Amino acid sequence: MLEVRRVTAGYGAFTALWDVSLTVAAGEAVAVVGPNGAGKTTLMRVISGLVPSRGGELVFEGTPLTGRRAHQIVAHGIAHVPEGRRIFPGLTVAENLKMGAFLPPARRAYRQSLERVYGLFPVLAERRAQRAGSLSGGEQQMLAIGRALMSRPKLILLDEPSMGLAPVMVFRLFDLIRRVRAEGYTILVVEQNVRQVLKLVDRAYLLEVGRIRMEGRAELLSEQDFVRKAYMGL
Amino acid sequence: MSGPRLAAALAIAALVGAPFVPMGGMRQYVLHVAIQIFIWAFIGSAWSLMGRFGLVSLGHGAFLGVGAYTTVLLWNHFRLTPWLGGPAGVGLAVLVALVLGYPCFRFRVVGHYFGLVTLAVGEVVRLLIIAERDCTDGSLGLTLKTAGGDSLLAVQFADKRVFYYAALLVWLAGLWIWHRVDRSMARAALEAIGEDETAAASVGIHVTRFKLGITVASAALTAFGGALYAQYITYVNPDTLSGIGVSLKIVFAVVLGGMYSLLGPLIGTALTTALSEGLRIAFGLKFLGMAETIYGVLLIVFIIFLPAGIAGGARRLVGRRVAPVTASPA
Amino acid sequence: MDPIFLVEAAINGILLGGVLAVLALGLNLIFGVLDIVWIAYVDLVMLAMYAFYFMVQGHGWSVWVAGPATLVVGALLGIAVHLLIISPILTSAPINQLLATGGLLFFLQSFATFLWTTDHRSVRLSLPSVEIGGIFLPFTRVIPFAISILAMLALYLFLRHTYIGTAIRAVSQDRDAMALMGANPQRVYVVTSAVGGAMAGLAATLLSFQYSVHPFFGGQFGPLTFMICVLGGLGNMVGAFVASFVMSEIIAIGGVMFSTEMGYVIAFVVFIVVMFARPGGILARRE
Repeated sequence: MLEVRRVTAGYGAFTALWDVSLTVAAGEAVAVVGPNGAGKTTLMRVISGLVPSRGGELVFEGTPLTGRRAHQIVAHGIAHVPEGRRIFPGLTVAENLKMGAFLPPARRAYRQSLERVYGLFPVLAERRAQRAGSLSGGEQQMLAIGRALMSRPKLILLDEPSMGLAPVMVFRLFDLIRRVRAEGYTILVVEQNVRQVLKLVDRAYLLEVGRIRMEGRAELLSEQDFVRKAYMGL
Repeated sequence: MSGPRLAAALAIAALVGAPFVPMGGMRQYVLHVAIQIFIWAFIGSAWSLMGRFGLVSLGHGAFLGVGAYTTVLLWNHFRLTPWLGGPAGVGLAVLVALVLGYPCFRFRVVGHYFGLVTLAVGEVVRLLIIAERDCTDGSLGLTLKTAGGDSLLAVQFADKRVFYYAALLVWLAGLWIWHRVDRSMARAALEAIGEDETAAASVGIHVTRFKLGITVASAALTAFGGALYAQYITYVNPDTLSGIGVSLKIVFAVVLGGMYSLLGPLIGTALTTALSEGLRIAFGLKFLGMAETIYGVLLIVFIIFLPAGIAGGARRLVGRRVAPVTASPA
Repeated sequence: MDPIFLVEAAINGILLGGVLAVLALGLNLIFGVLDIVWIAYVDLVMLAMYAFYFMVQGHGWSVWVAGPATLVVGALLGIAVHLLIISPILTSAPINQLLATGGLLFFLQSFATFLWTTDHRSVRLSLPSVEIGGIFLPFTRVIPFAISILAMLALYLFLRHTYIGTAIRAVSQDRDAMALMGANPQRVYVVTSAVGGAMAGLAATLLSFQYSVHPFFGGQFGPLTFMICVLGGLGNMVGAFVASFVMSEIIAIGGVMFSTEMGYVIAFVVFIVVMFARPGGILARRE
C-alpha cells in the first residue's frame, strides 16, 4: 500500500534521514521504533508531506506522491496524527472533528464519520461542546486520532501517541488503537514505548541515526537481545 | 599593514580629502548629500545595535525627535549652547529608553509586541511635539534661531565642510562603537539572547541588563544624531524627526544595507539617499509624489528579492569568504 | 466643564469605537492567520476611501451601491497585497515582512499624492441629527456605528458557523495541523486577506461619513489600530473588540478635556503601561 524508497530528508544543513526504505501492506500495522533523534518524526513528516524529501520516492497505492504538499497527500487517503497531538485548542471538540473532514468527499460523509468516531471514543461525544484545550492529555490524543479518522483515510500515521500520558492512560490508548485497527485501518506508528507497541503491530523497523538498522516481524524484534536491553529496559 | 586595514585607511583618507577635489559648482550639493548620508548612516548603526540582537524598534523616531527638539528648543528659548543642549537631549532620550526598556525586558515584551510598543512611543513623542504647539510651533516645525554668523558656541557654520568633517567623524565613531559592541564580551551573550531567551537566562546571563545597556546606547547615539542633524538643517519638524515615518525609514536603510554587517547601514543609507535624490532631480516638482512612489516600489522589491540586505547578499555571492561572526538569519 | 460635554464625548467615543473595531478586527484577523502585521492596513482603507469618493462624487452613484462596491474593492486590494507582497516573503524573517508592508505604506501614500494631490476630499452627505436629552447625535455617526456592529456580527457568524470560517480560526491556532486536514494554506490565506480587505473597504465607507480623505489619512488611524490589536492581544478578536472601545473612549474624553493630540497621547501611554502589566493583551489568560 505504502512504499517509501530510499528517501533522504533533513532541515537546512542537517540531514535527518539517509536512504530510508520501508513498506506497509494494506491492513497491516507497522511500527518504527528507535531512540530520540533517530529521525522517526521526520520520516512521518516526509510521508505526510510536511517536510519535502531530498531524494527517493514515495508511492501510495501505485500513485507516486513524491513532492506533493501536505494538503494534497491527505486527499489520497493518508492521515497524519502528529507528534504532540496538535489539536486546535481554541476550537470545540466538535469543531476539531469537523476540521478533520475538511475535504469535500469527507465532508459529504461527515455525519457517518462522526457517528463512527463517537462510537470509538464515547468520551468525545460527551465533551463535544467543550474547548479542546481543556481536555486531558489522553482525551486530546483520542481527539487527534478521531480527527484523523474524519478524513476517511486508508492509512493512519501515528506519531508518538503515548507521549506525555500517564501509564494507565497509555494502556487504555493502546487498547483504543487496537480497536481502530480492528475497524480495518492500516497503521504506521512511531513509538518510544517499544514494549507496548511491539505487542500491537505485525512488523517493525528499527531506525537509528537516520538509517534503518533492522526490520522484521514484531516478535522477532522483541526477541533481539540488544533491542530488549536498549529499548525495552529488560 | 594588512589588506583590509590598508583599504580602510585609504578609504578614510579619500573621504577626508574629498571636499578639496574640484567639483565645479557641484561642491555644495555633493557635500550636502554626503553629510546626510553620514548622519543617517550613523543613526542606522545606532539602530542596528539593537536590531541585530532581535530588538526590532519601530520607534527610533522618538529618540531622534527628543534629541533634536531638546537641543533646538533650549537654544531658541534660552540661548543654551547645543554643546549643553545636545547632551541634555541625549540624557532625556536615555531616560525615555530606560522607562521604556526596563519594563519591556523585565516583563518579556518581545517580537511583534516590542515593535509595536516602540512604535507607540515614537507616536507619543510626535503627538506631544504637535500638541505643545505653543513652544514647538506644532506640525509647522521650528527653525533654529540664527546666531548671526559662524559660531562655534551655537554650532552654526555657513561652510558645509565643517559639517562634513563633523558628520564623518561622528559616523566613524559610530562604527567604532558598533565594532566594540560586536567584539565585546557582551556579544556572545547577546547573541544567545537573540537565539534563545531561556537558554541564555539559564546560563546565568542577565538578559534584562544586557538588553537595557544596548537600548540605552542605541537611544543615546540616535538622539545625538538627531541633534546633529537639526544643527545642520537648522529646522525641525515633528513628521520628519519623529513618528512612524522616519522610524521606518531608519529601519529600511539598515535592513536594505544589511543589519549584520559593519558597513550595512552606510550602504543602505547611501542607496536610499541616492535613490530619493536621483528621483527628486529626475521628476522635480512636476510630478508630486512620483519620486516617493518609485522609492516605495523599489523598497518592496528589495525586501522581497534581497532579504539579507545588500551587504548580506554580496557576502553570499562572494561565497562566505569572510566568516560572518554575527550572521544569523533570524 | 459642563458634564453634558463629557457625556456627549463618551457617546461619541462609543460611536467611534464601533468603526475602529471594524479596522482592528480586520487587521487582527490577518495577523492571527498569517502572523504578519500589515503596517499599511489603514493606507488600504485610504485607497478604498478614494474609491468610495469617486464613485459617489464622480459618478454620482448612490451610497447604497458605492458602499458594497467599496467592500469589494477592499477585498480585491487585500488579495492583491497578499499575492504580490506577502506570499513571496511568507517564510522570510519577521522584520522583512514588516518592512515590506511598510514599503507599501510609503508607496500608497506617495502614489495617492501623485494621482490625487494632497487635497482633502469629502463625500458630502447631509444627514440630520437626533436630539436626546440635550445631546445631539448626528446620523453621520450613528449609522456607521450601527452598520459596524452588524458587520462584526456577520464576521462572527462567518467565523463560527462556516467551514472556511472555522478553518481560518483553526489555521490561526496551528498552521501545519490545518494542512494535515487537507486545507491548502495558500487558499486559506487568500480568503483571510480578502475578508480582512473587505473589512478595510467597509471601514473606508463608514469613515467617509465623517472624515475627508487625503493621502496621509493612514497616519491618523494606522498606529491607533495597531495599538488596539496589541492591547486586545494580537489575533484575539474579542480582545480587539473590547480594546477598540477602551481606546476610543480615552481619545474622545481626553480630546474634550485637553486637545485631540493629547487624547491620543494619553491613549498611547495607557497602551504602553498596560503592555507592561499584561504583555499578552488585556484579555490574555495569565500563565
